[in-house]
Amino acid sequence: MKKIELNNVSVSYIVGDFSNRGLKDVVIQKLKGQSTAKEFVAVKNVTFAIEEGDLLGIIGTNGAGKSTLCKVISGIMRPTEGTMAVRGNIASLLELGTGFDPDLTVRENTFLRGAMLGYTRDFMNKTYKSIIDFAELHEFEDRKFSQLSSGMKSRLAFSIACLVNPEILILDEVLSVGDGAFRQKSEKKMLEIIKGGATTLLVSHSLEQIRRMSTKVLWLDHGKQIAFGETQEICDRYEEFLKTK
Amino acid sequence: MLQAVKNGIEKIKKQRFLFEELVKRDFKKKYKRTVLGMLWSLISPLMQLLVMSVVFKSFFGAGQPHYTIYLFAGNLTYSFFKDSTYGGMNALMQNAGIITKINLPKYMFLLSKNVASLINFGLTLIVFFAFVAVDGVPFHVRFLMLLYPIICLIVFNIGCGFILSALFVIFKDVQYLYDIFTLMLMYLSAIFYTTDNYSENVQKLFYLNPIYVYITYIRHIVLDGYIPGLATHGLCLLYAVLALGIGALIYKKYNYKFMYYM
Repeated sequence: MKKIELNNVSVSYIVGDFSNRGLKDVVIQKLKGQSTAKEFVAVKNVTFAIEEGDLLGIIGTNGAGKSTLCKVISGIMRPTEGTMAVRGNIASLLELGTGFDPDLTVRENTFLRGAMLGYTRDFMNKTYKSIIDFAELHEFEDRKFSQLSSGMKSRLAFSIACLVNPEILILDEVLSVGDGAFRQKSEKKMLEIIKGGATTLLVSHSLEQIRRMSTKVLWLDHGKQIAFGETQEICDRYEEFLKTK
Repeated sequence: MLQAVKNGIEKIKKQRFLFEELVKRDFKKKYKRTVLGMLWSLISPLMQLLVMSVVFKSFFGAGQPHYTIYLFAGNLTYSFFKDSTYGGMNALMQNAGIITKINLPKYMFLLSKNVASLINFGLTLIVFFAFVAVDGVPFHVRFLMLLYPIICLIVFNIGCGFILSALFVIFKDVQYLYDIFTLMLMYLSAIFYTTDNYSENVQKLFYLNPIYVYITYIRHIVLDGYIPGLATHGLCLLYAVLALGIGALIYKKYNYKFMYYM
């Protein structure tokens, strides 16, 4: 059965200087008859389908629309045009550090983040110890999160995230974190989950990783779909493309 | 069929877990994990009460028996509304980093903020009843009816929180406008004065202000010794349902659009 199906999906953002805009600015803009709001199409007419157990590698240069596509499939955004079907529960790891609060302790943050990833309290009680074990943070359980080094933070983030057991897994540049030994440990752990039968979407800038792991590849450029299909063939073409740039 | 029920229960369990963790987070952040932090938020309305009752008693309190209770009832209600809606207004923006990265129901962030305000209100309410006892106002079974305006007020606050948080995402200067609004609201809610001196028509105009309606209900029960009529009940409910309805509609309509402005 097809796990993820996209048909001519386009996604647009409304862009403009919204971050500091107030009611006053809107009124002034209206009076002057000018509007800074523009539509920006981040993903254009993307069509693909993947089966259960597939690992789809998504490649493309910066600004190609990879992350936007992940957001749409996660359900954070909705396609502006086209249709989409996603079957099964999704775990989407777009940014491992999301949801941590600097003022809370490591222990409190672990539970909070676990709740955001959709775990239950029973599950967290059971696995809390192994999370701390995996992250190697025994002495820091009652420290404030803001007092951890950035390496420790990403280790904790990864250790919580890698407990997911979804039907569909979305990984946006989060496959290997930390340094040296932990990097190997984390990649091995992720591979276990993927091999456990999850249908996976993998965004990565490491072409070597994509070649090694993907069963299918989707290549995006400036939001447009350049190619979808066989891994090695498309990776070869993409490498050629990178050289000519 | 059984599977669907099981999935449903699982989903509620997960959402409850998330909700509890968010409440804990907001509560800890609000009071900076100190006992004094909680004490401060109690002391602040009490100090306000003290100053107001000293300053205004001879001006406005002459014809009003139990003026301190009269004042307290007003201040209590207004403070709860203000605290709750200010927290609610920030609920989406403060969690922008989470909302743009994880697919979670957005109302959770608002509701968890409201719980923190509600706990604060509950504590103030206990102090209020202590004042009522000390001031010699007799307790009566009628007091149980206080639950009605309080529940309506909670719903009203949540609704206003929905509306404000959405506006704040889209217009960043809403917080300044809201400062002005709440200040005006305070003076228009008859917190420290009575409306007796106004003509009957003007007195009716006061009922356009939801906060005034809730305050009046509480005063009737505690001070005037009677349960207000059906019209007041209707008005309490109407304002609450209206705020919540509008808020929920905005959230539904803008659910996927908020992130463009974050």
